[in-house]
Amino acid sequence: MSDTPIDEGRADHYPLARRAVVAALLADAGGLLVVTGLGAPAWDATAAGDRDLTFPLWGAMGGAVSMGLGLALARPENRVLVLTGDGELLMGLGSLSTVGHQQPANLAVVVLDNERYGETGGQRTHTARHTDLAAVAAACGWPSTWTVRDHAAAAELPSRLWDAAGPRLAVVKVAAANEPLVMPPRDGVWLKERFRRALLDQP
Amino acid sequence: MTAQWVPEVWQTLLDHDIRQVAYVPDAGLAALIELAQAEPQVLAVPLSTEEEGVAVLAGAWLGGQRGALLMQSSGVGNCINLLSLARTCRFPLLMLVTMRGQWGERNPWQVPMGSITKAVLEQAGTLVFEVTEADRVSETVSAAAAMAFTGPAAVAVLIGQRVLGAKAFAEAVQTGQPR
Repeated sequence: MSDTPIDEGRADHYPLARRAVVAALLADAGGLLVVTGLGAPAWDATAAGDRDLTFPLWGAMGGAVSMGLGLALARPENRVLVLTGDGELLMGLGSLSTVGHQQPANLAVVVLDNERYGETGGQRTHTARHTDLAAVAAACGWPSTWTVRDHAAAAELPSRLWDAAGPRLAVVKVAAANEPLVMPPRDGVWLKERFRRALLDQP
Repeated sequence: MTAQWVPEVWQTLLDHDIRQVAYVPDAGLAALIELAQAEPQVLAVPLSTEEEGVAVLAGAWLGGQRGALLMQSSGVGNCINLLSLARTCRFPLLMLVTMRGQWGERNPWQVPMGSITKAVLEQAGTLVFEVTEADRVSETVSAAAAMAFTGPAAVAVLIGQRVLGAKAFAEAVQTGQPR
C-alpha cells in the first residue's frame, strides 16, 4: 500500500468520455451480440444506436457478465460483448470467477469505470480507492485483461478487444460526468423476443 | 448407491433438451451434477453464487439453449433480486432445489431459509412444485419443465428432505457450548 493519499475524486479529471468509447466499440457491430449492465452503459449503448442484437438490462444488478456468459456458451460461433459499469460488476464480482472457470473464447467484457454509482448521485465505488477490476479478472484466470486510460489506448480498444485471447476484460477509466439520458425500450419481453428473432428467427 | 430418482430426473432433463446445467453444489444434487458433467451434449456451469445462474440461463435462452439451475434451498435467498429478470422478461427458468431446514434437520442455521423457501419463491413470481416422495420427483420435474419452457415461466421444484434424508453429521465431533 502506498503512503501517498488516494485522490478519490481523480475520475473527475479522466480524459476519456464514455459515449465516444462505446460509439467506437459499436461502430461496426454487425452480428455482435451485446448485453449491457443497467444504467449508464445501457444509455451509452443506446446513444450509439438501438439495435436488435443488444439486450440492455434495466435491473438484475450484478448479472450482466453472467448473462453474457450464458449467451457466449450457447453461441460459440458468435462474439459476445458485455458493456457494464464498475458498480454493476462489483455486485457480481464472483461472476468473473465463474467466467474464468469456463474460459469462453468468444466473450469480451468492457467495464466503463467512472469510479461512481452514476445513477444514484455519484457516490464513489470501491474502484475509487484500491479495487482493480482488471487485476481481479486476471486473478480469476482470464487470459487477457488490461486498463485503458488515454486516447491512444482507447483508439486501439475496438481491434485489440478481439485480437486478444478470450475471455478478455478491458477496464476503461472514463470521466465521472453524467451524459444526457438516451434510453432503450424498457419492455423486457419485447427486448428478449426482438433479440431472439434477430438471432434465431423465433421469439 | 445412487438413488433411483437421480437417473430418472437426468433423463427427464435430457428429454426436455436441457443444454446448460448451472449449479451450486448440494449433497442431494451431487449425483445429478456428476451426470451433467459426464454428458457431452450438456455444459455444466458451476457458479460462485446461485443468482449468477438466473442470469446465465437467461443468456442461454437468448442464444437458443435451454438450461436448468440446481441449488440448495439456502441459495434461493441469494436469487431473489435476479428473479426479477425472469419475471419481467418472461425468461423460462427451471430450478431444482434440494431442501434443507425441514424434516429432521440437525443444523438449526438451515431452518430459517428452508422454512421460507417456498413462500419467497412464490412472492417473487415463481411457480413452485413440492415433492416429498422419491418416485414422484421425475414426473414433477417433467411437468415443471413443460411449464417453464412453454410459458415461458419461472418454475421451481422443491425436492424435500424426506426424499433426500436429513444430513446425518455421523462422524462429527460436537464441542461444548454454553447453554
